Formats: sequence, structure tokens, C-alpha cells
Amino acid sequence: MSEIATNEPARRRGPTAVGVFRAALKRDLLLAFRSKSDLVNPLIFFLMVATLFPLGVSPEPGFLALLAPGLVWVAALLATLLSMDSLFRADFEDGTLEQALLSPQPLILIVLARVLAHWIMTGLPLTLMAPLLGLMLFLPAEGMGGLMLSLLLGTPTLSLIGAIGAALTVGLRKGGVLISLLVLPLYIPVLIFGSGAVQAAVTGLPLAGYLALLGAMLALGVVLAPLAIGAALRISVSG
Amino acid sequence: MAEPVLKVENLYSERDERVLFDGLCFEVGAGEVLQIEGQNGSGKTTLLRILSGLSRNYEGELYWRGEPMDEVVDEYRQALLYFGHLPGVKATLTPQENLGWYAALQPGTDSASIDAALRQVGLAGYEDVPCHMLSAGQHRRVSLARLYLSQASLWILDEPFTAIDKKGVAQKEQLILRHAAAGGTVILTTHHELHLDGLRRLNLDQLAGTS
Repeated sequence: MSEIATNEPARRRGPTAVGVFRAALKRDLLLAFRSKSDLVNPLIFFLMVATLFPLGVSPEPGFLALLAPGLVWVAALLATLLSMDSLFRADFEDGTLEQALLSPQPLILIVLARVLAHWIMTGLPLTLMAPLLGLMLFLPAEGMGGLMLSLLLGTPTLSLIGAIGAALTVGLRKGGVLISLLVLPLYIPVLIFGSGAVQAAVTGLPLAGYLALLGAMLALGVVLAPLAIGAALRISVSG
Repeated sequence: MAEPVLKVENLYSERDERVLFDGLCFEVGAGEVLQIEGQNGSGKTTLLRILSGLSRNYEGELYWRGEPMDEVVDEYRQALLYFGHLPGVKATLTPQENLGWYAALQPGTDSASIDAALRQVGLAGYEDVPCHMLSAGQHRRVSLARLYLSQASLWILDEPFTAIDKKGVAQKEQLILRHAAAGGTVILTTHHELHLDGLRRLNLDQLAGTS
């Protein structure tokens, strides 16, 4: 596979597929670093949910520990959703998106790099912050491993699915509401198996089944979502 | 004339239930410069977006070097440089980083020539300044630097001279002439009076007889 990927474009004296992917990833990460406030927003939201929930409901440890697995997962899901709307918007507005669509390079690579950059900037920090939230919500220590692993496998899927919604709504003036409606039903399985994994870890049941399902969803997403995102972007720009 | 590079047959497009053009036929060959004329709202940009492959809201046939467009999309994209209303320049990146991205996308673009291209558009010394600190004209120039970088044979330019000063316009005219002389093809819209030899014109106002 890698041989085809490197030989084919080399014949046209062009950049290789790997080269394009790396250039796209580098550019997207650079762009994300230069607008830091967008980065921090979902993380603050994530933290706020965990801070406000005990104040609003009950600070009683036993009660919070019961809710913690689902609560952390719902917060991570909503934080991801919050960051989704802006994924392609800036590119759409300044014309870099139409240039990417017209480039002779495969769109799926550019799209995949964009989603990976998005995950590195939101999903990964959310995963790393999750133990802190678990601690604040009195999640038993046994659940921490399951929480981290399930988020590590689940948040990239959330980014991939969310990107489909973002691509479909990027041409609309106010896509924010629509993107939630489009994407939420697809998020539900990830949420169920993700929080299920944490519950299982807390109660000492085996995790493997949940993680395998999350991994399967991720594998499916990596293969199919970029195709859907690319097609959706072409429709959005054409309109 | 040799085989036309780009051929358009019976192109029909409408916007908001208003017919922009119907039965539009034309062709451009290698070494030609074609200016699309028409008043505001006559569909110049729409036509260029259709030609570039961005817009699908049309009926009719497009041929690239004699082949139907759908079958040769990959080759067409390699040969195409589209310069649209939107500059395609990231405000938070520097001119150098912006062009570096285009160099990575376009096969055959020499990444070492980025500095040379920036010098050509008069942005020497601004390589490392984020684009949002540049003036509107300089912002456009970053995008125009792509013309110097590119090895594409077909240029589709939508209002390339907006916000560019007189000297810059004269330079771009020369560049367009050189490109045509080297066997390239240029399709452009502009409200500037062009001083080019061998310029062909296509007026969309005369075609929209149905409105």
C-alpha cells in the first residue's frame, strides 16, 4: 500500500500522499496554535460542567460517584460538539477550502489531517483532563483507567462524526443548531459504550468488550468518515 | 487553430430562478487570453466557478483537451489554477507559510521558489509577518504570488486586480501575456481596461436574452 502511495505521485514529480498529509497536519496544528482561545473554550466547558454539577445537584460523594462515568462522558461529548461548528468555517470563509477542493491531491488526506489536528487539540486534552474531573466527581480510582481508555478511543470517533456534520452545514449562515441535530443521534452509540466501559471498570467487570466496540467504531469512522466529509464539503462549496 | 484546450457546449445556468446564460458555447485554445465581460450580476463569477469545477449548478458539457470533464477531473485539477473572489489566504499564517501550503498541494511546485514569488509581488521583507497585519492589497498579493509559483497551464482568474495598485496591475498584465506566450491559457474577469494584444472577449450581457 505504501509503495503505491509513494510511487504514483512521484511519477508526476509531485508531493507524495504522506507528504501532503504531513503538510496538512502541520498547517492545521499551526493554525490551531495561533488561535488559542478557540482551543481553550471546549476545555473550560468540560471543566465547568464538573465544577458546577456538584454545586447544582448535591456534593454528596456517594451520589456523585454514581453519576461520574456518565457525567464525564456527556461533558466530553458536548465539549467536542461545541468545537465542531468552527472546524471548516474559517477555511470556507477565506477561500482556502475551495482551493483545497480544487487541488489535485486526494481530499480525504487533507480532511483526515484536519480531523486529526482537531482531535489533538480537543479530544486529546479532554482525555488527559478526564482523571481530574473524575477526581472532582469522586469517581472510584478503579474507574480511571477505563475512563481514559474509553475517551482515548471514543473522542476521535466523535471528531470524525462531528466533522461530517460540520462539512454539511459549513455553507449555511447559522449551522450551529443543525449540526447538533445531525450529529447527536450518531454520537449516542459512542456515549453508551464509552460510559458503559467506565461503569464496567468501576464495578470490576471486564472492559475488553466495550473497548473493542469503541475501537470498531473508530476504525469504521477513519475509513468511511473522510469520504463522507469530502463529499459533503464539495456539496457545501458548490451551493 | 489547434484542438481547443477547454470547450464549453450548451451551458445553461440559473440563479434564484433567473437564467444567467442559456446555450452558451465557446472554446479557448493554448496561448489565448479570454476576458469574460458583463455587468454586475451577469454571472461572470458563476461561469468561472462552473469552469473550475467548484459549482455543479449547470447543465451542458465541458471538455478538457477533447475529453469530457468528468473523466479527466484529476488531470484537469493538475492543470488548473483558480483565483477566486476569496483570496484563499490564512490571516494567522505568514505569506511564506501560506504559499508553503500551496507548494505542498500542487505537484511540480518548487518550494524553494516561494521567496522568489514573494519578491515578484513586492512582498519581500514581509515573509514573516502574519497576513492579518498586511493591507488589503498586500493580502491579495499573497494570493497572486501563486501565479508565479504555479506550473498550471490554465489560469482562471476572477477579478485578479481588485485592490492592486497600478504598477501591480501592469506587472500582472505582463505576467498574463508571458503565460499566454508560453502556451498557457487564461480566462479572466476584470473591470480594469486591459491592454493586452490578442485579447478575446466574451460578453455575457448579450447572451442573457431571456431576462
